[in-house]
Amino acid sequence: MSAASNTAVSQTALFEFLTRMGDNALILGHRVSEWCGHSPALEEDIALSNTALDLIGQTQLWLGLAGEVEGRGRSADNLAYLRDARDLRNVLLVERPNGDFGKTLMRQFLFDAWHFLMLKALCGSTDKRIAEIAEKASKEVAYHLDRSRDLIIRLGDGTAESHRRMQEALDDLWAYSGELFIGDALDAELVAAGIAPEPESLKPGWDELVGEALSEATLKKPSDGFMHKGGKRGLHTEHMGFILADLQFLQRAYPGATW
Amino acid sequence: MTAVTLPSTSDVWQWLAEVPDPEIPVISLVDLGIIRDVAFDDDTLVVTVTPTYSGCPATAIINLDIERALHEKGIEKLRLERQLSPAWTTDWISAEGREKLRAYGIAPPVDGTAIDGILRQRVDRLSGRSNLTIACPRCGSANTEKISQFGSTPCKASYRCTDCLEPFDYFKCI
Repeated sequence: MSAASNTAVSQTALFEFLTRMGDNALILGHRVSEWCGHSPALEEDIALSNTALDLIGQTQLWLGLAGEVEGRGRSADNLAYLRDARDLRNVLLVERPNGDFGKTLMRQFLFDAWHFLMLKALCGSTDKRIAEIAEKASKEVAYHLDRSRDLIIRLGDGTAESHRRMQEALDDLWAYSGELFIGDALDAELVAAGIAPEPESLKPGWDELVGEALSEATLKKPSDGFMHKGGKRGLHTEHMGFILADLQFLQRAYPGATW
Repeated sequence: MTAVTLPSTSDVWQWLAEVPDPEIPVISLVDLGIIRDVAFDDDTLVVTVTPTYSGCPATAIINLDIERALHEKGIEKLRLERQLSPAWTTDWISAEGREKLRAYGIAPPVDGTAIDGILRQRVDRLSGRSNLTIACPRCGSANTEKISQFGSTPCKASYRCTDCLEPFDYFKCI
């Protein structure tokens, strides 16, 4: 973002971008929270719940700002609980089902690596509010990445059974990683204004980070073939409705309920 | 209009230094380094607070505790503001706060080791040990090992001492 200019960005583009960031954190945070009370060990249960907590905290910052930018009086809660699937902008990767512990960690690692690089780039955003949230979140995400990277190496380079499961998880999730690096017209508008990096520009760093960890984990990196996409435009998989049924039930059934 | 005598900001800092952290009550909000500023905007007291972790559930309680403590001291007009940048770091925990943590059984963060978003090379990654020596807060031994990167609250990790065998919390560095 060194070529940052002062090009004005449309309010719509800014709102969309903020919901993309916020919805990634919201949906992954919800997915990870599904592990609460079910993890293979107490320490992992605590670790996953804390990771979910960080992500939900970041959701509040992103969606809070999105509501402010939109100027229609919608709060972060309102955006999280009262939008339907077509209005959510998270990538498909984060809505993938948890599967086993290994699959949850592989999804986390692939996302954390992107999330870390994205937030580092956003620390230099021309929009001060975005740079501040990114600065805060990047510290938490560096910690998430440290952990998910460590665990996929230990499980990949572990027993025959853990290795098999990690390779299966990687093969299954790989086709959902490409969407993180595909830019569209909206991204171009943000890049021109120096607000966000070009999605494609994060790919070399991600490939290096992920490639190095996978090789240490003795896992075979799948080739970049067909990549699923659509989440950034609100086109989701069949899992999204189930996630929202769980996530939004209370506010839908008892509007305005608080505790 | 009657003139209102406002307290000095150093009085307010003193009062805030007596408000305990809701999750680790041995240290105060001032020890934790989350009070950024105390100032008067006309006759309204403005206290600027920074979150430790963006999802820390204690944040709302902390704001309530500040309001209650200051109202008890007679402050009627109060505004709390959130400041995200520069992001809070464990390096801001006061020296006094670190000693209080240790005495309470929580290993304080090693000073000056906040990760600052850079991934450290981890020496003994596969054995689960980090390259930092975390001293046991109970017996002082340096023979400790990490159990989990996360602990009982978002700001802590779990360790155990291999000499006195006690598990303990470590205030992780960010």
